[in-house]
Amino acid sequence: MKVKYIINGKEEEYEIHPGEVLLDVLRRNGHSEIKGNCYLGTCGACTVLIDGEPHTSCTILAAKVNGKHITTIKGIGDLNNPHPLQKAFVDVGAVQCGFCTPGTILSAYALLKKNPNPTDEDIKKALDGNLCRCTGYVQQVEAVKFAVKLLKEGKDE
Amino acid sequence: MSNFKSIGKDTKKIDALSLATGQPMFVDDVSFPNTLQIKLLYSPHAHAIIEDIDTSEAEKYPGVKMVLTYKNTPHIPHTTAGQGWPEPSPYDTWMFNEKVKFVGDRVAAVAAETEEQATEALKLIKVKYKVLPAILDPEESMKEGAPIIHDEPWITGAYDPKKNLAAHIDIRVGDIEKGFKESDVVVEETFETQYAQHTPIEPHVTITYLDEYGRLVIRTSTQVPFHVRRIVAQALQIPVQKIRVIKPRIGGGFGTKQEIILEEICSFVTLKTGRPARILYTREEEFISARTRHPFKVKVKIGAKKDGMLHAISLYALSNTGAYGTHGLTVASNAGSKTLPLYNKAENVEFISDIVYTNMPVAGAYRGYGATQGYAALEQAIDMVAEKLGMDPWELRKKNHIKAGETSPIFRALGEGREGVTQYIQSCALDELLEKGAKEIGWFEKYGRPKRNGSKVRGVGMSMHMQGSGIPLIDMGAATLKMNEDGSFNLLYGGTDIGTGLDTVAAQIVAETLGIKPEQVIVYASDTDLTPFDVGAYASSGTFVSGGAVLKAALKVREQILEVAREKFGEPDSKDYILENGKVISPKSGKSITLSEIAYDTLYVKNQHQIGATGSFVSPYSPPPFAVHFVEIEVDEETGEIKPIKYVAAVDCGVPINPNLVKGQIIGALVNGIGYALTEEYHFTPSGRMTNPNFMDYKIPSTRDLPEIKVILAETYEPTGPYGAKSVAEININGPIPAIGNALHDALGIRLHRSPYTPERVLEAIRKSKEKKLEPVDPE
Ligand code: FES
Ligand code: FES
Repeated sequence: MKVKYIINGKEEEYEIHPGEVLLDVLRRNGHSEIKGNCYLGTCGACTVLIDGEPHTSCTILAAKVNGKHITTIKGIGDLNNPHPLQKAFVDVGAVQCGFCTPGTILSAYALLKKNPNPTDEDIKKALDGNLCRCTGYVQQVEAVKFAVKLLKEGKDE
Repeated sequence: MSNFKSIGKDTKKIDALSLATGQPMFVDDVSFPNTLQIKLLYSPHAHAIIEDIDTSEAEKYPGVKMVLTYKNTPHIPHTTAGQGWPEPSPYDTWMFNEKVKFVGDRVAAVAAETEEQATEALKLIKVKYKVLPAILDPEESMKEGAPIIHDEPWITGAYDPKKNLAAHIDIRVGDIEKGFKESDVVVEETFETQYAQHTPIEPHVTITYLDEYGRLVIRTSTQVPFHVRRIVAQALQIPVQKIRVIKPRIGGGFGTKQEIILEEICSFVTLKTGRPARILYTREEEFISARTRHPFKVKVKIGAKKDGMLHAISLYALSNTGAYGTHGLTVASNAGSKTLPLYNKAENVEFISDIVYTNMPVAGAYRGYGATQGYAALEQAIDMVAEKLGMDPWELRKKNHIKAGETSPIFRALGEGREGVTQYIQSCALDELLEKGAKEIGWFEKYGRPKRNGSKVRGVGMSMHMQGSGIPLIDMGAATLKMNEDGSFNLLYGGTDIGTGLDTVAAQIVAETLGIKPEQVIVYASDTDLTPFDVGAYASSGTFVSGGAVLKAALKVREQILEVAREKFGEPDSKDYILENGKVISPKSGKSITLSEIAYDTLYVKNQHQIGATGSFVSPYSPPPFAVHFVEIEVDEETGEIKPIKYVAAVDCGVPINPNLVKGQIIGALVNGIGYALTEEYHFTPSGRMTNPNFMDYKIPSTRDLPEIKVILAETYEPTGPYGAKSVAEININGPIPAIGNALHDALGIRLHRSPYTPERVLEAIRKSKEKKLEPVDPE
């Protein structure tokens, strides 16, 4: 069957099998920026935003989100124009191997959209589903706080 | 040391922005047309002989290109351990064997057009097993009459396979019996550590293909690209020359990728079919078939004098290496060699270890590498000695730890599978770490005064550690540096950044040496065709060994640059030139020239040559980093749950070349250690099958589990390391088991002799201690 998504603002049409999960469909079609392979919704590396909400793409049937807006890490910034969250993760040293990073940043992105002034607890809660074996999370939480600051400074200008 | 320009600065990790914006940087982010997908069939039995294997139906399944079994693959004994040659691990492995030795051992592989086809075809393979009695308990393994796991005649390098002994260690210094007799107090205890896994978020993955010259290219998620090349060449009996190994970005390793477990199969398929091939472990496969941490049972006996001076220490480590002996000897060695020198005041020391085969998952290298298991026992026993002496365990540690200028006979007696190398400690901030860490946790106010709030009780605990920096006189790294027109440099080196930030550290070392910015160094690493050799990322060798090589290359290049400058300035004997801001400056004459000008000149105009050099580094030293950990926990007597409230890691890693990266290494390791102390553990059925191979049932820490974490760096200058640096990657995983164990004792007066400290175990220990208190007669 065919599905259509608006991925990072661009309409894309894919041929899928009805049983396939979104992660596999997107990766097969070149979206290698989405990581993960636990397929149980337990690691968070495959997180994408569907209509702005973070979801583990390994547990969602591709057919079920036909027509939706999907945001991957590439949809929020790039090398030349990184999102403040991406910048903050780099500046604070929150990226080690970087395998969890896209998913983690997207979870943080969804949080900041809803809650621009999160407490530490809010941040920890938002990132709780994104496992990271490298950083021990402390610098990730610091990075989100730094991004909050960067976003505010950006707005003041 | 304060006028460094690049060293000690938080240079941004050079790959971080690319990673944070989702560039295709990992092995599996790049796909090749026509790739065959490989899936593996695993043994459901812990110990069995394949009497018959029928692959004919599978071969006929649509899309299937080939099926691999022991029948059609080379029978070359080798080790999967990615160690230097000759490896200190036994040659006890074939690519596929007719005898399977644990649940998860490989039986067959299918290569097909799609993953689904490969998976379906696996189901059509008919295997007839003759099930053998299995050994699931390491203590059974050495018993008379136990089944022999490696009874094949071709095994070499194991200590005594007929007795299921993969390796054995026996090191004695002084007179241990006399030592205990002369001691005023003696503590003897046994501690057990459990099966656990590294769980890098990126699992093992390998893609192979033939290049346009028919050479085999292996893109793989590895910590040891050069060892992959050598061992694949060995296992498949092809020349090293035919193989290129490329390590792109790696999604974490922690030791499990110091193994060659997929590369040879993938390569075999590509060589046979001429087509690209890919294997990607699922999370379940990662758990059941990749590598684990060696579970240990450690008997520790410590004798001390009344004044608190340690006098005799004996460690006996029973290590379960699982079905194969990879890293068995060296992990066990480290349980002694990375722990005992810390207490060098004890004159009588003994370290004995049996490393036994069982029909259990294969253990391998895991961050901490035996030191973690050794410290779990030693650092709790130290607290028990202090208790017997009526002394503060902080005080006991302060009296007994090794200091700068001192040595320990253990350094020489116990090496990595062979005799070690004498080490004198040149930098050591343990006293400062003890002071600052204690202050931060409030040790003197809190220790011995548990605070109760209903059923919740708070206690504090501590532990002290050392590790090493690479393996002395074994680990070698090399780096090549060359100059470009704009004064930038290409650094080509074998160092293997698996997420640690080593490439950034390397750029900082070059920048410091040549007076440029780290951004002017273009780092290309770990490609066996293009970069010089390096043993890879293990043994905390990155900054010290690979960084040492980078420094050597940079110093040579610096000399070449100065040579040109002297000629340009007409100052042939000048020795005091400064390199800064991309310029060579003569302070005396005031003359200066940019590196770019020098590059243009030497590449195009006069005395033309490539400014560039290769440096190799191997060291007789392996300077230990030091750490003291403090933790405050809250334990709930009703639920048995332990919650770490605050964790302090005070660390001496020499000069931190990049403090932000250092902090990441420290916190990453200790949070992994907290998981190992509290939740992470393999569960097995009675027949040896792991029952929790997923993140739901095997719980690693997430943000919710974080205590308040405080890192304290005590800077020392290590003269044998690049710009004063020592290692930092592993040491901090060693603290949580003993520190939390000690805190539990402080809180409730109970001690668990087995990790992880789950609520069930805590409740059980509380119950037992209450029973004990009720016992009318003390049997002692
Ligand atoms: S792959 Fe989706 S949560 Fe792990
Ligand atoms: S940075 Fe490696 S898993 Fe998070």
